[in-house]
Amino acid sequence: MSETPSEYAVPQGVHPFPHRHLVGIAGLQPWEIGFLLDEAEQWIALNRATAKHDDRLAGLTQINAFFENSTRTLLSFEIAGKRLGMDVVNMHAAQSSVKKGETLLDTTATLNAMRPDVIVIRHDASGAVQLIADKVDCPVLNTGDGRHEHPTQALLDALTIRRRIGRINGTIVTICGDVLHSRVARSNMLLLATLGAEVRVVAPPTLLPPAVERMGVTAFTDFDAALEGAEVVMMLRLQLERMAGAFVPSAREYHHFYGLTRERLGRATKDALVMHPGPMNRGIEITSDVADDPRVSAITEQVEMGVAVRMACLDVLTRQRRGVEGWA
Amino acid sequence: MSGIGTLAIRNGRIVDPVAGTVTEGGVLIRDGLIEAIGDIEHGLFRKSDVVADARGALIAPGLVDVGVFAIDPLAASAGGITTSLLMPDQAPPLDAPALIRQAASFPAQAMTVVPFAAATVALAGKEMAEIGLMKRAGAVAVSTGRGWIADSGLMHRLMTYASAFDLIVVTHAEDGSLTQGAVATDGEMPSRLGLPSAPAVAEAMAVARDLMLAEETGARLHFRQLTTARAFDLVRAAKRRGVRVTCGVSPAHLLLSDSAIGPFKTFARLSPPLRGEDDRKATIEAVRDGTVDLLCSGHDPRGPEAKRLPYVSAEPGMAGAETLLTLALTLVKDEVIGLPRLFALLATAPAQLFGIAAGRIAVGAPADIILVDDGKPWKIAAEALAGQAGNTPFDGLPVQGRVLKTIKAGQPLD
Repeated sequence: MSETPSEYAVPQGVHPFPHRHLVGIAGLQPWEIGFLLDEAEQWIALNRATAKHDDRLAGLTQINAFFENSTRTLLSFEIAGKRLGMDVVNMHAAQSSVKKGETLLDTTATLNAMRPDVIVIRHDASGAVQLIADKVDCPVLNTGDGRHEHPTQALLDALTIRRRIGRINGTIVTICGDVLHSRVARSNMLLLATLGAEVRVVAPPTLLPPAVERMGVTAFTDFDAALEGAEVVMMLRLQLERMAGAFVPSAREYHHFYGLTRERLGRATKDALVMHPGPMNRGIEITSDVADDPRVSAITEQVEMGVAVRMACLDVLTRQRRGVEGWA
Repeated sequence: MSGIGTLAIRNGRIVDPVAGTVTEGGVLIRDGLIEAIGDIEHGLFRKSDVVADARGALIAPGLVDVGVFAIDPLAASAGGITTSLLMPDQAPPLDAPALIRQAASFPAQAMTVVPFAAATVALAGKEMAEIGLMKRAGAVAVSTGRGWIADSGLMHRLMTYASAFDLIVVTHAEDGSLTQGAVATDGEMPSRLGLPSAPAVAEAMAVARDLMLAEETGARLHFRQLTTARAFDLVRAAKRRGVRVTCGVSPAHLLLSDSAIGPFKTFARLSPPLRGEDDRKATIEAVRDGTVDLLCSGHDPRGPEAKRLPYVSAEPGMAGAETLLTLALTLVKDEVIGLPRLFALLATAPAQLFGIAAGRIAVGAPADIILVDDGKPWKIAAEALAGQAGNTPFDGLPVQGRVLKTIKAGQPLD
């Protein structure tokens, strides 16, 4: 079912992933993305087996430094690290000295001094992860910085699309919702455009980033038009508490124009795939009958692919320090 | 070279912004004043005079830098600045006569510091500060500081009141309700980086309002830094109508567009922020056609505690004093303006505007003079800057032209 790896084959004599960190999709070559997706494939079967252990990263320490609250992503990274045999520790901002006014770089120096082998970071400020990556001795994996990037989400979405549709190149993907504030949208736009998909973004004009078309996508404000012929419909979470009255008049009005309903989905291709990074606002951006229909919804599969993709990223980023042949 | 001395500088090229000329020759300085100008080979100086050979360097008036945020004498003298006009954004804000007096009392042998008075108490934009008393204490203008006064009624009263004292109102031109929370200008780079941004028109909106109020009240208005085509269009038209308006620009906005902020370079976070390429080019055109009245550094030295932060949390501002002249010289190299005009924008015009005895090479004028090798190549290095901090977005840039010596009131500074 998965596409021929040759489509994004690593060119002769080129290292498949020469990066120390994974801070974003920006700057990645198509074959580097393809390589991570190929690497993730092997972990899907393991994750479905009863005994889910592969201890190739045994002895390494993974710190999940979450300066912003998260449940699902933190859990996904914790499981990914543990299945590869790592000692995984979590740092929540709520428990940390960040609350006592310590600067981000002082906190970073403290984490670094404990000699982790990989740090997974979420932070509410765009660029915070890059700032940290420049100051630590180990690989850094961005799991969301402000509205900038969330690369593993884009990778798991791509893996899901590749497995369900068979290709990414040429696929028509419609991303709908709060694109302006969404790191998920940014990473997805970059990744899908890099791999040759036709990417459409649709939102109320107040929730489209300025000059968004410069990122290789087509912008719409009419959801019906944006859905015409779409093979993948990716819905974004509307942050209700921030949006209502400021960027859109009300949740009710938003749902009327930008909510994905069964009827509206009829404009997309017959077997279009519906995706959502979660957590969903049922009845706002998506209705339950669409979200819960296993024939169209890939939402739980996205979560499953998330663990596999994160295992692949943790494995690849730590290869150099583990002295894996060809990586040291 | 200590004490009251005489100093003869010969073999230079004298830049006279008033006459618009560059002529070979020298100057004779006695008791802190310029005593003679011209060909001093012919017996102008006495045997007791200290004679310095400029070796073909430019002899130009010391720069008058309008709207700095810190008193930073080392950065100033390294950059050829002999007079700094200080913004009221200090701790505490310069909103009372005693604070103005204190700021103005900075020892003048190193650099003249001329303070701007805070237009409102604590710069909060709510109540008018004692601007008449602050003028008597030494303030040469009133300033809204880093911020914009949102209350149009207050701004109207402020301009009306200030015009009675013939005080220039120096404003920051950004509509604060549009720029609230924004750290960049709407465009591709901030969108890619996921940084909150505001439309560039926020500047023109503020300019339009303040121009209307200046026209209505007859007040003198100065925009500290303008950066957009639409704002320059408004100022250009207002000047034609006879509105008493002037504006400044900084080299950063002449040389950098907002692509310089990527990836998350906090040293390029400025206020007003860097703009798109079209606005950058419009800024150069506004210098060329005379819409711009002066060039200023916006000097705002910031340490790591203000800059080594995520972009949205970092403070705006750049250390600009030391590189002001060097960067501005690109306008001459690119044939936008000539050397005399450049020094008019950097010294003569700002001095004249704010009524300061500086900015001229003339007999009897204070000997605030700089020697400049306008062809000397060097590379800007943030770590090597002489001032309080090295937060320059130009780190690593190869440039041409450097201040060789800064002479304040006849005394060469180290």
